[in-house]
Amino acid sequence: MQPRSIGIAAFCSLAFAAVGVLAVGQTSLAGNVGPDSVPDIHTLMAEYERPSWIPFPEENPHSQAKEALGRALYFDPRLSRSNMQSCASCHNPSFAWGDGLPKGVGDRMNQLGRRSPTILNSAWAEAFMWDGRFETLEEQALGPIQSGVEMNMSMVDLLPKLQAIAEYRDMFAAAFGGSPEITAEKIAMAIATYERTVVSGTAPFDRWIAGEETAISEAAKRGFVVFNEKGNCAACHSDWRFTDDSLHDIGLPGADIGRGKQLPTVAKMQYAFKTPGLRNIDRRGPYMHDGSVPTLEAVIEHYDTGGVARPSLSDEMKPLGLTEQEKADLVAFLKTLTSEDPPVEFVMLPR
Amino acid sequence: MKNRSLGIAAGMIAIVLAPAAFAGEVVITQENKAFSEKSISIKSGDAVKFVNKDDIVHDVHSTTDGYGFDLGSQQPGTETSYTFAQPGKIKVRCAIHPKMKLEVTVE
Repeated sequence: MQPRSIGIAAFCSLAFAAVGVLAVGQTSLAGNVGPDSVPDIHTLMAEYERPSWIPFPEENPHSQAKEALGRALYFDPRLSRSNMQSCASCHNPSFAWGDGLPKGVGDRMNQLGRRSPTILNSAWAEAFMWDGRFETLEEQALGPIQSGVEMNMSMVDLLPKLQAIAEYRDMFAAAFGGSPEITAEKIAMAIATYERTVVSGTAPFDRWIAGEETAISEAAKRGFVVFNEKGNCAACHSDWRFTDDSLHDIGLPGADIGRGKQLPTVAKMQYAFKTPGLRNIDRRGPYMHDGSVPTLEAVIEHYDTGGVARPSLSDEMKPLGLTEQEKADLVAFLKTLTSEDPPVEFVMLPR
Repeated sequence: MKNRSLGIAAGMIAIVLAPAAFAGEVVITQENKAFSEKSISIKSGDAVKFVNKDDIVHDVHSTTDGYGFDLGSQQPGTETSYTFAQPGKIKVRCAIHPKMKLEVTVE
């Protein structure tokens, strides 16, 4: 992807960490220095620096007009058959861009099979949906709109519906130029462009990474080391987004085989789900693909047990033997990933 | 020293025979959750050998219509090969780490 930088003014909640500025203070957490001592904490910290621009693909570069159109479409419940559900209904800024429910709710109050993921930081994601079946936001965007149990709208009905709205015609023309025709592809490109602008802001953790020693507690710093070492969390929840977008069976009970449905012949993909990011995780419960784990403490308990033993279980999963202190420190660390993002404005939708 | 001239003769025969006896092989390493190349062009019948230099398991596969394959769990430090028999453009991925992408063009 060719990176294109975008105006900073619109993203005042983003503070870009100074690259290369690391803590000067002596944060020595490896109490016992010996042959098996933890690596220098500054080496670990360097892996978590935030990027300073949002990547947009060459095939769908950013523009203000396209972003504004995408924002309108994202918040517009008229994209659903009921006229009651928009993307923002389930990917709601008020719930850190999820919906706070164990499983989503769709058309006619259908309960859906999996939890609504957040769209935070999706500009950097390499796979979408819990089973990772889409490679781009553009591919993903039209799925829920057309799904019978979700927004239950067809393109055959949606395109003329939008075409009939004068201000949408103007916005599509401004965003895409050329033919005035509203197409499914343009809808997907606009929504994807808006989604890429949704980025979690600076958290206390980021200020610590940038050199502010007092930004997080000593417990959180210990938790950061457990996260990277004994807890093995960073094997999948790596980098500044705290995910590498990998898919794993983490041994949760339940009948949902996740990516196994897409890849029935790949043994390790049975019961495998995409690793979510952990930014603002404290505000995004309940947890897992089915919302079955209510708290961060319960999440850590699950990993500590090593999960259900079966052939598809990820090789990264094993009983951890964490102490009560280590579990508490992990939770303290996870809470430092929450940014105080400003509220999102409601959109005046096109008429 | 007489072995040396025999060795040279044998070597020359091997060089003459080699292109006909062996199809090409491209080596791709898996390191830091990335393939060593983003895209390669090979001839049909060529093989690609995947070498896992990471300390985690990978799983090379493709879901490109008509070309699907899966090489299974590949432990750290191991190699696995796949021969691309049919011409076409194939998207090769790691099933576990979909950010690992390799576009293979087979001529």
